[in-house]
Amino acid sequence: MAIRKFDTKVQHLKYKVLREVARCAWDDTLLENITEIPKKIVPGKTPTMRCCVYKERAILSERVHIAMGGDRSKSNVIQVIDIACDECPAAGYEVTDSCRGCLAHRCEDVCKRGAISFDHNHVAHIDKSKCVECGQCAKVCPFSAIANRKRPCQNACKIKAISINKDNAAAIDDNKCISCGACVYQCPFGAITDRSFITDVISHIKKSEGNTKYKVYAVVAPSISSQFTYAKLGQVITGLKEMGFHTVIEAALGADIVAQQESLELVQKGFLTSSCCPAFVDYIKKNFPDLVPFISHNLSPMAAIAKHIKAIDPTSKVVFIGPCTAKKKEVMDEEVAKYVDSALTFEELQALFDSRDFDITTLEEGVLDNASYFGRIFARCGGLSDAVAQALKEHGIDDFNLKPCSCDGIEECRVALLKKSKNVLDANFIEGMACVGGCIGGAGCLTHGEKNKAEVDKYGREALEKTIKDAVSVLNIMK
Amino acid sequence: MEIKVCIGSSCHLKGSHRVVEGLQKLIEENGLSDKLDFKGAFCMGLCQPGVSVKIDNEVFSVKPEELEEFFEKNIKAKI
Repeated sequence: MAIRKFDTKVQHLKYKVLREVARCAWDDTLLENITEIPKKIVPGKTPTMRCCVYKERAILSERVHIAMGGDRSKSNVIQVIDIACDECPAAGYEVTDSCRGCLAHRCEDVCKRGAISFDHNHVAHIDKSKCVECGQCAKVCPFSAIANRKRPCQNACKIKAISINKDNAAAIDDNKCISCGACVYQCPFGAITDRSFITDVISHIKKSEGNTKYKVYAVVAPSISSQFTYAKLGQVITGLKEMGFHTVIEAALGADIVAQQESLELVQKGFLTSSCCPAFVDYIKKNFPDLVPFISHNLSPMAAIAKHIKAIDPTSKVVFIGPCTAKKKEVMDEEVAKYVDSALTFEELQALFDSRDFDITTLEEGVLDNASYFGRIFARCGGLSDAVAQALKEHGIDDFNLKPCSCDGIEECRVALLKKSKNVLDANFIEGMACVGGCIGGAGCLTHGEKNKAEVDKYGREALEKTIKDAVSVLNIMK
Repeated sequence: MEIKVCIGSSCHLKGSHRVVEGLQKLIEENGLSDKLDFKGAFCMGLCQPGVSVKIDNEVFSVKPEELEEFFEKNIKAKI
């Protein structure tokens, strides 16, 4: 059953580890069970995933370690499990046995480097010393006989942070990596994974002693509307409360705050990039240092709402739950750590529910309503720009001509930033989303589907408050 | 006197936005700003038919349309 909750079997495997670790953490039996968990997941002697059960269990031991937070001295939350890496072929463009030795030789004609030659059977060969991996030959071959042997992780990593180490396994350059998790979702062997802080969250809940010692708040990202599709959103909210969260608050209310303030900052500075997506912000810092002054000074929506929660309830613990692996890194930032105690992904939340054997489909529907339509649509690409346009309108600013550039995925972000650095960008606001589709494309989502954008928009329209100003007004109470 | 208005989801749907704005206005009009500590809370764990408003240690259920009456009886009269 559970497998249907995810896109891939790799996610399901990761989930099983997280669920077992969480079960032990609730019972305080993690230390004595650490070595037992791999045997529980892979019992018997028949391998189902690798060459033998011993290798499977060795990899699972690593997964258990990562599910418990991994190497806490490291700042990157994305990690390669060396022994799980299948050392996929990475030779680039190669002629396969589908080559029929035709007469046309389109491949030869299109190759500007003269890298294609033919043997006595007229079959094409690529001279690797001449090939520049442009891919033109593959495009023109009528038999699709030329394949690009590229590792899925390297293909997923558009910022080129993944290389191959001396042992032929994938290696991440932490100085380049923006923790977006694209490689985590794409690696077919589950050899790259995100460190989990699920045990920290369980500890926050347990030590609160039923929210009597202090209260534990869940801040959920608006992309939740496209997740847990087998249940109702209201049931997910009730599930969170049953699990021990005092209450659940929309990160989208933080997005309303951000839209309101960011629009003013934009008018003041004349050009701005968004600061909601931590992977995008990290990307600018690492690759376009000259553009850093243009990054919005606002906190992300997650941190903005958490700041309000901590102001209302200073002893509280705030846990963010969203689609994002980069958020786990963002919460380690000194400025954000003051407000957010831990970050979880939707994958981890599923494991947390099942560690308590909750069938959320049987629960009553709770309510979740703090934000406006505009705060909620931050979850999909273009939503942030729409919200900034609305905020300008609500501020009564009509002499500022907003020209947004909504970047869908880190490649589009790179192009826009490059243009800006050369002063040829025809826009005054860059909305940067590292994941394609926006947050709904995040690596920590349970499922990624065509309908997700529509789900987010539908959820947006259901908000009680129709304007940003009305949604944010309840927070004026603190002034 | 400490007044806490719940701005959690359940109360929000019952009109905490109107209660917050209404109370702020009434407090100001009656010149009580200095005598009151006006705060918010995200869920008091006591969902009721109206918006939960806690005055010192007592929790009331307040409907936005009955706000003025509530203010007169439980805030203005007791201060």
